[in-house]
Parts: sequence; structure tokens; C-alpha cells
Amino acid sequence: MELADIINPKNLVYEKPKLITSTTMHYCPGCSHGVVHNLVAEVIEDLGIQEKTIGVSPVGCAVFAYNYIDIDWQEAAHGRAPAVATGIARTNPDKVVFTYQGDGDLASIGAAEILHACNRGEDMVVIFVNNGIYGMTGGQMAPTTLLGQITATTPNGRDAGRNGYPLKITELIAQLPGTSYVTRQSVQTPGAIRKCKKAIAKAFQAAMDKKGTSFVEVVSTCNMNWKMTPVKANEWMVENMFPFYPPGDLKDGSKNDPLSYTPLKN
Amino acid sequence: MGELRLMKGNEVIAEAAIRCGCDGYFGYPITPQSEVMETLMDREPWNETGMVVLQAESEIASIHMVYGAAASGKKVLTSSSSPGISLMAEGISYLAGSELPCLIVNVQRGGPGLGTIQPSQADYFQSTKGGGHGDYRLIVLAPSSVQEMNDFVELGFKLAFKYRNPAMILSDGAIGQMMEKVVLADFIPRLTAEEIDQKYGSWATNGRKPNRKPNIITSLEMDSARMEANNIRFQEKYAKMEAEEVLFEEIQCEDAEYILVAFGSSSRICQKSVDIAREKGIKLGLLRPITLFPFPKKPIAALAKRVKGFLVVEMNAGQMIEDVQLAVRCDVPVVHFGRMGGIIPSPSEVVEALEQKLIGG
Repeated sequence: MELADIINPKNLVYEKPKLITSTTMHYCPGCSHGVVHNLVAEVIEDLGIQEKTIGVSPVGCAVFAYNYIDIDWQEAAHGRAPAVATGIARTNPDKVVFTYQGDGDLASIGAAEILHACNRGEDMVVIFVNNGIYGMTGGQMAPTTLLGQITATTPNGRDAGRNGYPLKITELIAQLPGTSYVTRQSVQTPGAIRKCKKAIAKAFQAAMDKKGTSFVEVVSTCNMNWKMTPVKANEWMVENMFPFYPPGDLKDGSKNDPLSYTPLKN
Repeated sequence: MGELRLMKGNEVIAEAAIRCGCDGYFGYPITPQSEVMETLMDREPWNETGMVVLQAESEIASIHMVYGAAASGKKVLTSSSSPGISLMAEGISYLAGSELPCLIVNVQRGGPGLGTIQPSQADYFQSTKGGGHGDYRLIVLAPSSVQEMNDFVELGFKLAFKYRNPAMILSDGAIGQMMEKVVLADFIPRLTAEEIDQKYGSWATNGRKPNRKPNIITSLEMDSARMEANNIRFQEKYAKMEAEEVLFEEIQCEDAEYILVAFGSSSRICQKSVDIAREKGIKLGLLRPITLFPFPKKPIAALAKRVKGFLVVEMNAGQMIEDVQLAVRCDVPVVHFGRMGGIIPSPSEVVEALEQKLIGG
């Protein structure tokens, strides 16, 4: 068999998602963001909601997400994406709203906004890409940086006494009654990618069904700032991040009874 | 003629917002403006017009909720008081940088810091010169009565949408808390999704339509040449406001030898000061800037050609006086009289200051 017989359109299994634009992505080679973008684009296409989806991009590496997925977007201030999404969702209940945020944006400067949006149960999706480091600004410590992990601001490793502990914000989010589906995924293997896509699709469906906030953490790599090859970064993630941030569903609200309350009487 | 009511300034903001077809209010409690959200929650406009009212977790969240809704072409507002407006400065800068229309109501209290809950006008600089980072301006309207609290809601929205720029009503605790009679506006229906698409479809993120490119709302531009071009466009917009949108009121200025310049609640006090001075034989007039940005430079410059001096009366240490001085260009003396810390000056105090600082000086 010749190479030309193999590399042939009739053998094509996967193609570029229709909603991914032709703009060249600015992400570093080996970065997880491109894969997660593809999955979000595919889910929006599969659900047929391109005309009613509004994305909110963060400050951080994914700030330019609006250049890559062919839908309407708003670019939020650092950490404020959940508040921005609340404003959209509340005044546009017929739209599907999602935020796309990193760990510095979501778990540090935007901790108040994400907790309260989830606690109010805003009908929206949160895609939370957690690579344990500030990528855009050059590899500083994030709230999710592991103990002992070396970053630009923890050159001798994160020390609990000086820097506090890594924050399991997804576990906090899962406690909030406003959230329906809370899951932790990854994209380091084809199998993980397929599972992650299912989770993102489920999250979007839950938001469309007005079940409250759906939250998908994607444990990811930042091989550039971790100073590793992409392959080594994936191995490091599995060995070091998964024990602390184990993949899997934390909460599947579709199995739970909806919350109810009785108004207090004077 | 519309419905006549006796209402608090803060309550009127809420009522006017509902009546002008507002789509949403996002806010956080702070004295002395909490009645705005309380009135809205009591009125339950979501049952009446479909208007959304949401108590946010902070002023920071409030202004970014305004951003999200405004960026989808909705008519939305927030209100706060001085320390809360400081927290909103980030979002206000983003709104200006993303060219989004909205209305922000500041019912000022004394500062700096936690300051006092009593009335003040010490946020003039913050409101008119920027407040947040970057070269931007707000359209700033200064009401001096409960009636104007009502009228400026619709006016503020009109100007905000005309220029795709945030507008601010710069009020204070006195105007917000006092009750006066007010003629309410007639109800205007909220825009439908089709109307929003028709009017603002060229920029609003109301869902990517097959017949257009994606709408992207952002203040980010990494290309310096294009970022400078954005800034030049903003400045042209602010220059157009200065040319076309200046509002002011002149009271007994025709024969005046001396002029008081005052805005908001200070101008109410100064009206009485004019009467007192004229009883004493002093030919005093009052110029009241209604838009603080754009500032009424020309009428002040015109008066400077024929009067003996200006007394700028503010409830602060001297902020608007800088704009008056720039307009007067040293033609005649410009002096300041102010009270701070939540103290409201009395009309006779103002006349005494006029006699000591300007006429006698």
C-alpha cells in the first residue's frame, strides 16, 4: 500500500470541527487548550446551537478564544466571566451561555464570582481548564499549583507555610445546590478526549434544560511553563495532578431530586 | 401630563427604570442608595414588564453583569454610592473600552475610604476624569431635584445608546434621600428581540446569525496601531459629545456681576444664595452645569467676558473649580467655597464666602 492510498480523503475519520475558524491559534505546541476548544466547538455544532450560544472568554491564555470558535463572544475582565455570563443569561433566557476560564482566572481573582454564580444556579456552562499555573503571564504560581511544584514565583517549590495549599475549587463548587452537573475530565489520550466531549455535551444539555450551573474541569498541562516536552507533561499530569485532582463526576444532578424550599412565614 | 407622585430620589430611579423599558438592574446594597434596589424588588417588574432585577454578590459583580447584558444589546443599569463606584471602576473602564451603553447611578457619600454616609460631591474627579484606567470619559448628568432623577434615567440611556458609551447619573445622598413631587414618565415597552437585532445587530452578541460575522465584544487589541486607532475613535466620540450634548442652566445671570457655579444639591442651595445676595444689592447669578461631562465651557467663558468673578460652590475640597478655571482662562478671579465630610453648606454661608473671598478680596 502506498502512502497516497492511506492519506486519502476517503479514509478521513476526523476533520476540523466546522465551528473552528481558520485563524491560526496562538497556543504553544502541546497545549491542551486547542483540544478543549475543538470539543466545545463540536458540542455546539452537534447540539445545533450556534445561533444561540454566547461564549465568555477569560483573561489568561484563552483570552483569544473568541477568535477560534465561530459564535458570538464577549471578553470579560480577569475573573469576572461568571458575572458577565450571569448578565447575559438573566436577560437572555433563550440563549445558551458558557464561560471558558483558566485556574488563575476562576480559582483566584474570580473566586467570588464563580462561587456566587454557581450558588445562584445560573443556567450556564463553565469550562474550567486547570493546568496548575499562570500560563499567559509566564508561569507563576496559581491557586491550584501543587505543593512542591516549581513556578516562577515559587522557584523552590510551593510551600504550604508561605503560599498556602492548592485549592480544590471544583470540590467546593460541587457542594453548592445551584450546580447540577460537576465533573473533572482530561484530554491526554483519545479515550480521555472522547469522555471529555461527552461531559461537555452533557453540561451544555443541562444548561439548555435550565438545570442550573454545569461545571466541567479539564485537568490540563502547560508543558511550556512546566518546562517539559508535551509527552513528559502528560505523564507528569497523570502522576502528580490526578492523585490530587482525580478525574470523574463529582455530582450528577440529573440523578438528584430538584431542590425545593418553603418560603418562611412571618 | 404624567402621573404626579411624592417620592424619594432613590425610589424614582427605580420607577423611571421600569417605565423607560429597562431590561435589567444589577446592584449591591450600600447607603445612601439602597432604596433603588429595595423599590425594584418590591415592585417586581419581572411580572409587569419582564425586567430582571438581581442582587449581586458585590459591586464588582454588579458592573460585570451590566457588561454582559449591555453587550447583548440590553438596556441595563446599576446604582451604588461612592465606595461601591470605586469597586466598579474596573468594569466601567471595560464598558468604555468595549463601547457599551449602560447607566450607572452614583448617589455620592463622603470619602475618602469608608468616609461617611452623609451627602458629598467628592466624586467629581472620579466621574468626569475617568476613575478607572485608560483614556475614557463617561457622560455625566448631575440632577438637582427628584424630578431630574426621574428625567435623567431616560436621558442617560438615550445618550448612552447614541454614543455606545456608559452614562452616569452623579447624584448625592441629599437628592437620593429627599422626597419631592415628581411627574413620572409614561411607560415605554421594552425592546423585543427583533427590535434589538434591528437596532444593535451590528455589534450586540445576541446569537451568531447565518447572515453575519460573529459579534465579538472586547476591549483587547494587541496591535498598537489598531489600539491607537481605537483610542482616536473614542476621543472623537468624546469631542462630539462636547460639541453637541452640553446641558446647563443659567439663573439670573443676565445682569449678574458675580456668578456662582454649582451642580446637583449645591446648586439648589445656591439658588437661595442668589436671592439672599440680591436682597443685599449684590448682582449675583448662578450657572448650573447639568452635564458635568461634557462640561459647559463655552457659557462660562462667555460670562467671564462680562462678570467680575466666579465662586464655585461644591461639597468637596475643590474639584469642578479646575474645569471652571480652564474655561475662564484667568480673565477674572475664580475662587472656591466647599464643605466636606457630609456637611451641606447653608445659603447664607455661601453669600458670606462670596463677600469675603470675591467681593471683598
